[in-house]
Amino acid sequence: MTQAETLKKTPLHATHRALGARIIPFAGWDMPVEYSGIVQEHMAVRERAGLFDVSHMGEIEIAGKNAFDAVQHLTSNDAGKLSIGQIQYSALTTPSGGFVDDVLTYKLTDEHYLLVVNAGNITKDFAWILEHIKGLGDAVAVNNSSRYALMAVQGPKAQDTLQTLTGVDLSAIKYYWFTTGEVAGVRATISRTGYTGEDGFEVFVPPADAERVWRAILDAGQEFEVVPAGLGARDTLRLEAAMRLYGNDMDERTTVVEADLGWIVGWKKPDFIGRDVLHQQKQDGVARKLVGFEMIDRAIGRHGYDAYVNGEKAGVVTSGTQTPYLKKAIGLVMLPVEATADGTEFEIDCRGRRAKAKVVPTPFYKRAR
Amino acid sequence: MYPADRKYTNDHEWVQVADGIATVGITDYAQKQLGDVVFVELPDVGATTTQGEVFGTIESVKAVSELFAPVSGEVTEVNGDLTNHPDAVNSAPHDTWMIRVKIANDSELSSLMDAEAYGKSVE
Repeated sequence: MTQAETLKKTPLHATHRALGARIIPFAGWDMPVEYSGIVQEHMAVRERAGLFDVSHMGEIEIAGKNAFDAVQHLTSNDAGKLSIGQIQYSALTTPSGGFVDDVLTYKLTDEHYLLVVNAGNITKDFAWILEHIKGLGDAVAVNNSSRYALMAVQGPKAQDTLQTLTGVDLSAIKYYWFTTGEVAGVRATISRTGYTGEDGFEVFVPPADAERVWRAILDAGQEFEVVPAGLGARDTLRLEAAMRLYGNDMDERTTVVEADLGWIVGWKKPDFIGRDVLHQQKQDGVARKLVGFEMIDRAIGRHGYDAYVNGEKAGVVTSGTQTPYLKKAIGLVMLPVEATADGTEFEIDCRGRRAKAKVVPTPFYKRAR
Repeated sequence: MYPADRKYTNDHEWVQVADGIATVGITDYAQKQLGDVVFVELPDVGATTTQGEVFGTIESVKAVSELFAPVSGEVTEVNGDLTNHPDAVNSAPHDTWMIRVKIANDSELSSLMDAEAYGKSVE
């Protein structure tokens, strides 16, 4: 088979092609990177709304009398804080406090949880969960990724657009909560979540109904000039909001504390994988930390570029680009903790040239509420 | 399709020659490949260019690409507009120049393509 044939396709693939999207391989999937252009799509999301196909992401469900115990053991955050219908950002952690993946945990019932995971990690995460759920009692894990199509409508006009398609009162869904109902006549789970820093919803539907819902959202969105948006804009939007990207900003060798995500740790949880290391790091501090930066010199610091502190190689840029809304070259960088105070100047090796940058607080962009 | 008043390189630059000065930009094909241009890095006036070698870089949101000199010579002018309006490269690639070079060696021009040949090469 050619590479194009081995790449997986979402239920919306033909629709993307029909819309003239530029399709690229991403995490083993053929995905739209842009339709009208990354900058246009990014600005549309900040000003109106954009519609993303994120069906490639994974959905792993954990159910049973001990489902809660399993989720508590496997993930960093405290699922005890969740009510039914509530969601939390969390991590599947390694014994050394690193990331198997970053996830969103949804509480469906006291005995039924859904973990939404990164597309590139579905197989790894599921194998990890199966291995570590053993001996935790009555808890089973099911990889239901192929049973869901997922699309995200994001932007100030997202609610107005989606509201025309559903009887669910979207204004009653708080941020990081979800409900079920019909969207365009299709049974759906609707969560007020997203990866853009804007208000918006993520809509889970059966794959066979994906196209119908996608088209309905674009049609309803015409009056607001809602556009389809691809992975290119998804990346620039999330970076402005300082949201992390697994594989770029953290991986199994980055601890939750080093990634500056201590807020997704349930510090009072008596037991979870990696707990001891993370507690140690919280107590003693870490040697390196992920922080936001902004370029001072005219250059763009990108993923993989070395960071120099006082002339010595000391860290690395994990994500970076010139972003369309802020029109600044910004990013995330892993630096020695002594160099992470806001305002600290350092240098980035941009293809052989040292360019000045400085540590800045994040998020770089915060939407008006 | 591609303006006949200039020559082209395999690296998708165009060159307009007048009175020994070469004006250089990139083609519509190149800007489409790049996507939205956010940053252009150009040499200083007075710098030397060598045919076929890198004279600058052009960055889109997602990637960095090198710019290759179509002719050897000395840079006489650099388009300062590109600092604040790099997107001009996308909206008007054939009207947006990057550098002007005083040509050191006329014979280099014969290795460049005409509009028809370039058009065929990017079909």
